Amino acid sequence: MSLIQSLNKEFESRIRLGIMSILMVNEWVEFKEMKETLDITDGNLASHIAGLEKNDYIEVKKEFVGKKPKTSYRATKTGRKAFNQHLNSLEKLINRK
Amino acid sequence: MNNKHQDDIEHIRSMMERSSRFISLSGMSGVIAGIVALIAALVSYYLIKNNGGEYFGNKHIILSAPLLTKLVITLVITLIVALFFGIYFTIQKSKRNHQKVWNSLSKRLLISLFIPLAAGGIFCIALFFQGHFGLVAPVMLIFYGLALMNASKYTFNDVEYLGYFELILGLISLFLVGYGLIFWAIGFGVLHIIYGIMMQKKYH
Repeated sequence: MSLIQSLNKEFESRIRLGIMSILMVNEWVEFKEMKETLDITDGNLASHIAGLEKNDYIEVKKEFVGKKPKTSYRATKTGRKAFNQHLNSLEKLINRK
Repeated sequence: MNNKHQDDIEHIRSMMERSSRFISLSGMSGVIAGIVALIAALVSYYLIKNNGGEYFGNKHIILSAPLLTKLVITLVITLIVALFFGIYFTIQKSKRNHQKVWNSLSKRLLISLFIPLAAGGIFCIALFFQGHFGLVAPVMLIFYGLALMNASKYTFNDVEYLGYFELILGLISLFLVGYGLIFWAIGFGVLHIIYGIMMQKKYH
């Protein structure tokens, strides 16, 4: 497998990279907070989150605070592993130059 | 292609940083807090002096109840003014950084700062009531240093170093009771001003 191929296609988008980066250094992160940090729209974030969730890279927790619904996300073990591998490949690609 | 990967890494780094550290603390708050503290130290010095007490030295001085009240009021006003400007400059800077002032990061930062600080505050009040006035300034410095070290994990690393300096200063002044005001002025005045200027230069 060549190095380029070892890059994870799921992390090709900047937004997905951003989501995973945030979840690597924080436990549970709320939707609203994630949106503000990434500076993107609700719909945009939701679609990328759905993609990551489908791959079992992140898990979702829905709860109510008073009457307000609150959705938070956390990176799964699979997600952390995949992201770390992606980082390693990126690093190798850069250092190869 | 290589550039894209380089940018990806940069992006990852910046997102990790932005989501785990509150980077909107302003150096200006430090400078103002320092100046306010120096003024407070001068006011306290004259309050004691006009009362016939000679502050410096190991002589036992008697602090009368009205004088104590004045000193405490000075301290409280100092705290309020310093906090006001601290909050003001932080709001200004967070607008420039496009970072929300009140988010889970600033909450965590405040909690980790205030728990050691509250413990220190209660400790000082106890010392005060038991008449150990000479130990109040060292204890304030020590707990403030510990609070900064604790809070630094949610903001700039520089805050940790400021914490070490405050702690060391407090520990030294434990053994030089009677010179507490000088140490207090250095710790809360001079160190804050130096820290503020350094931060302003580094991150502005």
